[in-house]
Amino acid sequence: MDIPDHTLQPDKKGFKARLKSFVASVPLIGWFLGFLGAVLVEYYLGDLISYYLGLPKIPVLFGLLTVIKKPLLIPGTIGYLILVYGLPILIIVKCLLKPANRLAGFLDKRPVTIAALVHLGIFYGALHIWADISDYRLLVLKLTMIGIMLTLSINVINGYMGEFSCSHPGFMALGAYTASTITLLFFTNDKQFGDALLPEVLGAYFFPLALIAGGIAAALGALVIAIPSFRTRGDYLAIISLAFLFIVKSLIENLEIIGGPRGMSSQPHYSTLPTVFIVMVLCIWIINNFVRSTMGKALNAVRDNELAAEVMTVNTRKTKIITFMFGAFWAGVAGGLFAHVLRYVNPGSFGIQRLAEILAMVYFGGLNSVTGSIVGAVSINILSEALRPLEIYKWIIIPLLLILVMLFRPTGLIAFTEFKPKELMKPRQELIKE
Amino acid sequence: MALLRVDNMTHYFGGLRAVHNYNLILEPGHIVGLIGPNGAGKTTIFNLISGIHSPTEGNIELDGHNLIGHRPHEIAALGLGRTFQNLLLWRHMTVLEHVKMACYSQLEYGIWGAFFGSRFCRQEEKRLTAKAMHLLETFDVARFSSQLAVSLPYGAQRRVEMARAMATNPKVLFLDEPTAGMTPDELNRMISIIRKIHEEFNVAIFLIEHRLKFVMELCERIQTLVFGEIISEGTPEETKNNPQVIEAYLGREDIH
Repeated sequence: MDIPDHTLQPDKKGFKARLKSFVASVPLIGWFLGFLGAVLVEYYLGDLISYYLGLPKIPVLFGLLTVIKKPLLIPGTIGYLILVYGLPILIIVKCLLKPANRLAGFLDKRPVTIAALVHLGIFYGALHIWADISDYRLLVLKLTMIGIMLTLSINVINGYMGEFSCSHPGFMALGAYTASTITLLFFTNDKQFGDALLPEVLGAYFFPLALIAGGIAAALGALVIAIPSFRTRGDYLAIISLAFLFIVKSLIENLEIIGGPRGMSSQPHYSTLPTVFIVMVLCIWIINNFVRSTMGKALNAVRDNELAAEVMTVNTRKTKIITFMFGAFWAGVAGGLFAHVLRYVNPGSFGIQRLAEILAMVYFGGLNSVTGSIVGAVSINILSEALRPLEIYKWIIIPLLLILVMLFRPTGLIAFTEFKPKELMKPRQELIKE
Repeated sequence: MALLRVDNMTHYFGGLRAVHNYNLILEPGHIVGLIGPNGAGKTTIFNLISGIHSPTEGNIELDGHNLIGHRPHEIAALGLGRTFQNLLLWRHMTVLEHVKMACYSQLEYGIWGAFFGSRFCRQEEKRLTAKAMHLLETFDVARFSSQLAVSLPYGAQRRVEMARAMATNPKVLFLDEPTAGMTPDELNRMISIIRKIHEEFNVAIFLIEHRLKFVMELCERIQTLVFGEIISEGTPEETKNNPQVIEAYLGREDIH
């Protein structure tokens, strides 16, 4: 059958289809450059634009906070978003369509590491300028990145291996306290441990080691959960791991040497934006490598059918131990960063509420998926910041949202996908070639 | 020397004697069948030998290694591959991933290689993919390689499971009712596939089956199991004519 000529005419396509094909033709690096441009516009012209639109100051979190607090400013905020983000991104993406695709094609032929470094460099630059506008943005950004690490690391246990572990805040606490103890003991003059044992200048260099030590402490704690996990699954393991969380919390509360219920404060300011960003990228990279290898796929085999996995030569015990320790390690590292972002830790911040937050992030974003973890962590973090003016009602809206997601997509927004950096960074131009 | 040797194996589930004084000698390259009524303990024997249960008494040797006290994954890595009666496939994994997964014990890279995606790790993954694709072609399921295994038609799922068992590099292959739920066409296909892997990979095969046609055609020797005890062992002809076997399957014939 012949297809009528007019259906092949490109200009007959609807606006939506044209927009879709345009979006599909932009490589990732194009979007990053667009974002960088928008952020630069905000950096230099933000104050001016917000003044003329009648806004008291630059809207910090894409105007989400302003909109809820002062509904009268909604038109101004929307105008600001269009002028500062919408238009510059569109213009830059449109103008740089060809060069960006050529650049992506050029990078595609290099090793993945180089391409990834270029992409991450541009993205980091944009984030850095974005966060420079206000300290609040910086804090939210750092906490979001830590949230991504936490979500990803719990996804390894709850999503990829399918065990329901509730002890993540406990692992985080172990990491936070270990890292804080090291930095406070060796590199800070504080009231807890007295004078610094080593010169303070060295502190920043030893910070990665302190983070690793925190991770290892958490991994050792995970051994306690891993061993009962040989025999119990599902609800029973959830209860055991919950018990572990309470044990860790009350242990810290009763150890006077690390501050007891008062916690520890005045950690040095080591968790800067680049540090957090680099650690997060490392975390994503290593976890993604692991879950995509055959050795990491063993987690899925253990989850879907443990007996079959065992008979197909998979050492299920070793797999479970490694997974628990691996997930806990990254939770510990995230905890160490967290302690140095807030520069204060107390046992209260590693309780049930933190657990609820982490679980919300992972189940919202999607099980068994790196992309899902990132999406979940970013959206729940930003949402919970944006809804802050609603105070206690925030905790009605977020769970409601979670229930809706569970109803319509039981495994989360983006579940059971593979995160392939090479595919993501590919040039997209050939899609619109005639 | 026998490849697989089971001596006087007995197993109790609580007070129930599931298997009593079971003996097996499997020579390299032979095909032996195990038949018996439902509940006779055939699958239990498979589970005992492959290490899922450990026998109350008795001794099992595979190629000179004593298997008692070893965990199933160690036994599998020593060269005992098996399939399951009720198809234990992994729900969220593709066909290719199934077969690669069964090469777990052959992975040369360590945990750190997997974390950092080392060059060696990537080479190994490539090697395993090539091996898995070859196996999938042998079993005629290569075209499904990127689909989820559970979404395939039933016959293809069976073949994926066999490909997975073969990926463990077995010296002995255990097939637990390979034709359960199959049409006569698929049955004939399965016979030719089993012949093919028997020749191509030179494995000894030990299989449980209910369809006598299938067992008679493939096996050199047949054991008949009733209530956990072997009542007859011999060639297909001998088994077919053994009055005890007929009695176990059809009941006693009254002699006038």
